[in-house]
Amino acid sequence: MLDKLNEIQTNALSAIESVQDEAALEAWRVAHLGRSSALMQLFNGFGQLSKEERPVIGQRANEVKKALEEAFVARSGQVRQVALKRSIEQERLDVTLPGRRLPLGRLHPDTQILRELYRVFGEMGFQVYRSREVESDEYNFQLLNFPVGHPARDMQDTYFVESEGRGDNPIVLRTHTSPGQIRAMRECAARDPHKPPSVRIILPGMVYRYEQVDARHETQFDQIEGLAVGPGITFSDLKGTLADLARRLFGKNVRTRFRASFFPFTEPSAEFDIECFLCGGKGCNVCGGGWLEIGGCGMIHPVVLQNGGYDPERYTGFAFGLGPQRIAMLRYGINDIRYFWENDLRFLEQF
Amino acid sequence: MKAPLSWLKDFVDIDISIADLAHLITMAGMEVEEIRILGLPMPAPGRVDARLSGLEWDREKIVVASILEVFPHPNADRLTLCKLFDGQQEHIVLTGAPNLFEYKGIGPLPKVLKVAYAKEGAQIYDGHQEGLVLTKLKRATIRGVESFSMVCSEKELGISDEHEGILILDEDALPGTPLADYLGDAVLDVKLLPSFARCASMLGLAREIAAITGKPLKQLQAPSQPPAGKADFAEIEITNPEMNPRFVLGLIRNIEIRPSPEKVQRRLKMAGMRPINNIVDATNYVMLEIGEPLHAFDYDVLVKSAKNKPVKIITRTAKAGEKLTTLDGVERKLDETTVLVCDQAGALSIAGVMGGRESDVYDAAQEVLDARGIEPQAGEFPKGKASARGKSTSSILLEGAAWNFINIRKTARAYALHSEASYRFGRGVHPALAERGVRRGLELMHAWANGEVAPGLVDAYPLPAKDPTVEITSADVKRWLGVEIPIKKMKLMLERLEFTCTLESKQRLLVTLPDHRMDIGEGITGKADIVEEIARIYGYDNIPETRIADELPPQLGNPLLDKEERIRDLLVAQGLQETISYRLTTPEREARRLRPDAPTDDQPYVCIANPIAPDKAVLRHSVLASLLDTAERNARVRERLALFEIGPAFRASESGDPSSGSGQGLPDELQRVVLLLAGPRSLPGWQPVDATPMDFYDLKGVLSALLDGLRIPAVGFRPAEHPSFHPGKCARVMSGDKQIGVVGELHPQVRGQYDWPASFRSPVQVAEIDLDVLLTLIPTLHQTEAVPTLPPVLEDLAVVVDENLPAERIAELIRQTGGKVVSEVRLFDVYRDEKIGAGKKSLAYSLTYQAVNKTLSDKDVAGLRARILRRLEQELGAVLRR
Repeated sequence: MLDKLNEIQTNALSAIESVQDEAALEAWRVAHLGRSSALMQLFNGFGQLSKEERPVIGQRANEVKKALEEAFVARSGQVRQVALKRSIEQERLDVTLPGRRLPLGRLHPDTQILRELYRVFGEMGFQVYRSREVESDEYNFQLLNFPVGHPARDMQDTYFVESEGRGDNPIVLRTHTSPGQIRAMRECAARDPHKPPSVRIILPGMVYRYEQVDARHETQFDQIEGLAVGPGITFSDLKGTLADLARRLFGKNVRTRFRASFFPFTEPSAEFDIECFLCGGKGCNVCGGGWLEIGGCGMIHPVVLQNGGYDPERYTGFAFGLGPQRIAMLRYGINDIRYFWENDLRFLEQF
Repeated sequence: MKAPLSWLKDFVDIDISIADLAHLITMAGMEVEEIRILGLPMPAPGRVDARLSGLEWDREKIVVASILEVFPHPNADRLTLCKLFDGQQEHIVLTGAPNLFEYKGIGPLPKVLKVAYAKEGAQIYDGHQEGLVLTKLKRATIRGVESFSMVCSEKELGISDEHEGILILDEDALPGTPLADYLGDAVLDVKLLPSFARCASMLGLAREIAAITGKPLKQLQAPSQPPAGKADFAEIEITNPEMNPRFVLGLIRNIEIRPSPEKVQRRLKMAGMRPINNIVDATNYVMLEIGEPLHAFDYDVLVKSAKNKPVKIITRTAKAGEKLTTLDGVERKLDETTVLVCDQAGALSIAGVMGGRESDVYDAAQEVLDARGIEPQAGEFPKGKASARGKSTSSILLEGAAWNFINIRKTARAYALHSEASYRFGRGVHPALAERGVRRGLELMHAWANGEVAPGLVDAYPLPAKDPTVEITSADVKRWLGVEIPIKKMKLMLERLEFTCTLESKQRLLVTLPDHRMDIGEGITGKADIVEEIARIYGYDNIPETRIADELPPQLGNPLLDKEERIRDLLVAQGLQETISYRLTTPEREARRLRPDAPTDDQPYVCIANPIAPDKAVLRHSVLASLLDTAERNARVRERLALFEIGPAFRASESGDPSSGSGQGLPDELQRVVLLLAGPRSLPGWQPVDATPMDFYDLKGVLSALLDGLRIPAVGFRPAEHPSFHPGKCARVMSGDKQIGVVGELHPQVRGQYDWPASFRSPVQVAEIDLDVLLTLIPTLHQTEAVPTLPPVLEDLAVVVDENLPAERIAELIRQTGGKVVSEVRLFDVYRDEKIGAGKKSLAYSLTYQAVNKTLSDKDVAGLRARILRRLEQELGAVLRR
């Protein structure tokens, strides 16, 4: 009997060596551990053994069974590994095939720049104030120290709206966001006319000029204007504020430059330039001499402060304006301003 | 204004480079837009803000030479050979210059001709090509004669377009001198802002340069006075001194009209003016030199017109129906606000803008020669030939005046007559210059045209300039500029600009204006004006950068903007692309958004009185129309469109303006959100996708998610009719009883009014939301609910109802009956077939039962379910489908 058991074990263990897949494994299990296997037959014939043989044979039989079962578990682990390996090998994807994309929504580039400006100015204490696009001549010009017929009006070619009986106060499409200065100052001053509170706002919005459209000139474009009014605002504050702004928008080492200029509603007035961030100020075909024109600025003219409800003897203020589109054009190398409102998706999808 | 460097040097020493000079002028507010180099060293590009143009003349290779003799060319009639001396040796040089023909074959010239001589290898412009094409002189053989150098025309040197003959230099030029040293120059093209009108002359610009660089200004020698005596040649009558504060006349007799000296002509050309003759050139020269435009009348014409009475000049506004033929030959109907210079017979000129033809300086010789197409040569100028007007002008009545700049600007614009004179008078010329200008003009005419200056000037000055005095303190400067500038330093800086300054006390300066400035006001405006002058001369660069020390005003934020931006985010998150359109359009273009048989849009448009192009006639009525235009264009390049735009629509307002509250009659600006979907739900890929065209429910889904994301309460959709939409596929979007907007599929007829490419067959889904209403409905705050910890019970429920019953009513009733326990009701199937019956539909809902505080038992759910079914049956006639 013992010999037979040894033979069973030897045969089974040698048979399992050649098992390569799940099916052969199952066949092996049926053949060697199944109900009709030699080993199980032997267990079934146990009753016929003598009392003395029983414990010896029994122990040995259990040892063989355990050995076969262990061999089965070990082999089945190996077979599964092999099968997994094979299936993994077969499941290789071409990872260069395109993925399934969900449609991506995008903000207009102008909105993207505006949001950045809102954030930067917000951190500097400037709140957003918006006002209307169609204005009276009074708000767009006269209250901003552009008298009727003044040559300064030549600086801003204007669209007039058909309207009758308005004399020197026709309706115009605003040529700049500055009429909002008067509206904001008046609104603010109305809160306490004897001691008007300080103002620190930005005025974004669309403006219109009577101008032939080409790659560099638009008849409709947007501006963002800043305004700070208080008892102690100075030109050096204006320089500091814009230098901060430039560093935050264009890089922490970027330098700013202020050139004397003229705007009727500021005095002193300046153009402000930043060192070209494309060439580092060395001079390139975008900037020419190493500087990029970014906007205009100045101390608010006393007449404008007065018109806004602020006594120019007690208050000073500064104002500045810049073009979000100009910033976008410089940053992204856009060479045609008409792209902005033409809404060609081949352009918009690049942002 | 174009300012030649050599001319500026008449008034100020300039010892810095052109690039540095341009930089300083630019920084002080007079932007140098272009530097045109005429021979001098070219500044290195990249360090100059201005555009660079022109040509640098090589000092070795382009020099002054003398032509000693001119020979005929052996093989060509149109060419000559010149023997010339370049300071070192003699050469034979080939040229075709017609202005040398007269010297051909006459032997050694009695008086040598000084010319510009370019040697082999010199870089010049090609005289035979259009425009400015650079070329390098190479050795060549022309008609059997070897040539390696040339005498240059103005064009070849980049001085002007002149290529008819070679440039003949003045006699004082020394052979061998580098031409750049003798003739080299640079022209600065300076952009003058309206407040810099005082700089529209060489003297004016030089004065600024002197102040900036600290060099002394070389004052023009006071022009000589006319001989003493009573000026009896004319009278002046000024009818409105506000319009004409000053009028000055001088007289010069027996002049000879001829070309001006070469140097004068060259200066005028560099400054952008065409030399005409010595008299006209003298008036222009004075204008460019000191800034006073002059006008020269033919005195004999005026004498004749006065018919034995004294000549009387009257300035007045035009009479109704009055006409004048101006210098340019155009007969103009005059406006009654136009100021005229007249004599007793009628108008002579439009004051400060343009002269009349009748009394113009008349050069009979020029007219005869012009008719023959010949240019007159120096020295052989024919005199007094017969012509229509008889003889050439021989006596000049010279006008210098001061005019109201607002009126001049208006006049120049009204007649579209923009002259050098109207440019200056339209920006303000100080009355002091009227008299100075006439004196200088007479002086130059005397020098260039001989003649005798008549005694005295007639000077009417009814409204003397005010020249205000401004008081300024160190504290003012500190308050505006944020920088301490000692009062004595301020005084020095202002004196450099010729302000007269008196130190009133240790801190107070009284500043009186020089008599060339019109841009400084009175009181606090004057203070600001003076502070600006101090800042400019002090240098903006020298003012420090500081952080605002003032108290920060309350930070209120802008909640409406925040909400608007939230809308953008929600739409972008759903895959829509934002667009921003032109707001100017035409009513016809916008009408395409409406069904052709629908009533036309009769709301008043905001119409542009001066449209720049016919397609920019009005401000848009409809953002929807803008977005449809955008879709139409993009359908050519994109199959699938998912777009939105936020912006205003405009309506002219008769009654006033509610949004500004000012009642100024300004238009309404109505803010809109417009959404558009068209094309396949998904773009085709390499695997199957859902490419069915997007329909009403796609857009409704986007809209619902938007309104949900904004937490708009009680959102509902009600069937609606709208002139843009398909009548069966259109809904009003409601929040409670308030309409927010409209959504639908574009009516096929409306879709047909747009030019879609043939490949684009999809219907177009559009929604238009009233942003002003929507913003009022977005809650600022909202409350959250606890995340449930107990298991929910899920159950499906299918009911059969009448086809016409809106699905929303069923869901509404389920929610209402289920209360808080039914936490979600989701429609997952709509089904119709014969078994259900005609006119019926089956709607299947998936319900989630979820209690906050207990685990629901089967019994709880069954009870609730029964109540729901009962109400559905009783109130909506719904039958449970099994």
